[in-house]
Amino acid sequence: MCTVCGCGEASVAHHDHEHAHTHDHPHAHTHDHGDLHFGHGIGGAHVPGLSQARIVEIETDILSKNDHLAFHNRERLEAAGTLALNLVSSPGSGKTTLLARTADDLKAEFPVAVIEGDQQTALDAERIRETGVPAIQVNTGKGCHLDADMVGRALNTLALQPGGVLFIENVGNLVCPAAFDLGEAAKVAILSVTEGDDKPLKYPDMFRAARLMVLNKSDLLPYVPFDVEKCIEYARRVNPAIEVLTMSALTGEGMEDWYGWVRARAAERRHVA
Amino acid sequence: MHEMALAESVVRIVEDQARVHDYARVKTVWLEIGQLSHAEPDAIRFCFDAVAKGTMMEGAALEIGRTPGKAWCDACGASVAVSSLADACPDCGGFGLRVTEGDELKVCKLEVD
Repeated sequence: MCTVCGCGEASVAHHDHEHAHTHDHPHAHTHDHGDLHFGHGIGGAHVPGLSQARIVEIETDILSKNDHLAFHNRERLEAAGTLALNLVSSPGSGKTTLLARTADDLKAEFPVAVIEGDQQTALDAERIRETGVPAIQVNTGKGCHLDADMVGRALNTLALQPGGVLFIENVGNLVCPAAFDLGEAAKVAILSVTEGDDKPLKYPDMFRAARLMVLNKSDLLPYVPFDVEKCIEYARRVNPAIEVLTMSALTGEGMEDWYGWVRARAAERRHVA
Repeated sequence: MHEMALAESVVRIVEDQARVHDYARVKTVWLEIGQLSHAEPDAIRFCFDAVAKGTMMEGAALEIGRTPGKAWCDACGASVAVSSLADACPDCGGFGLRVTEGDELKVCKLEVD
């Protein structure tokens, strides 16, 4: 019988020997081989009638659950030979325009699929579906980012094709999506030139987490005070390894470089799978 | 504000651990939110009070430790103190420091009943 709580049937006779042994019973509790320690409370002493507060060491990452689910998403995507890219940006950077054009231009080359994250509406997924590419809309409600659980559920409803490319358009937000691993191969941060060249310094977490920075709306460069070189220098302050592409998803300028980047990542994925 | 999601994660972690460590109430929660992490302690506090309502953590005190930022500068071959991810090395002025401390986001320990 367990001498802490009295559960279990086997009796424990007192016997003299110096080995440790374990016993099984169907619940967990901390004890040192049946000894009762009343001095482990905060005050280091037992006071009859008062509760025994004690300290439990946990040492657990707050994001451990998300990271665990992201690990499984990544496993699944790798097993399917699918390249997943997590597109992050502030609202209005042109992510959906970039994606719709990309889906249209690459769909003959790769099986393309899209997960669209927004707080409300299915407008973006509808826009992608018009290109003939499968798209799942994930509405986060009040949530400000996609998490690994949401993407895992979306993966359940998407038939992943071998050698495919999955674009995940995160909720428009330059802060929160940086923290949540979805299981993607890489994060791509999209920054439009109307937003200001100092964004990488103002939102360093996002540009640190991204492998590629896309400077979008390059067709507007003549009209806005955006210094491309300065922006790249700022981005490399927080992430020396970040790659940079400048393009306009509206006019198509620079899109070939983007497709080249996606092809290179897809080739890496096929190599892994 | 992703601090709401982080606060919800804290509640879930503490509830999961209750099954392992056999407790019914939590009186104090110690978190470590490094100075270079992406979370704001005041926002975590605000959200924690909201999500803890009706759980075993309702009314629990929140103690937040803040590990100062440290990074490794390749150019200097030395560990330096930094307060932001966009900081330059205080010695050589170079960028591209590798963060070694201060980006922690952890539940450390609990005082339980």
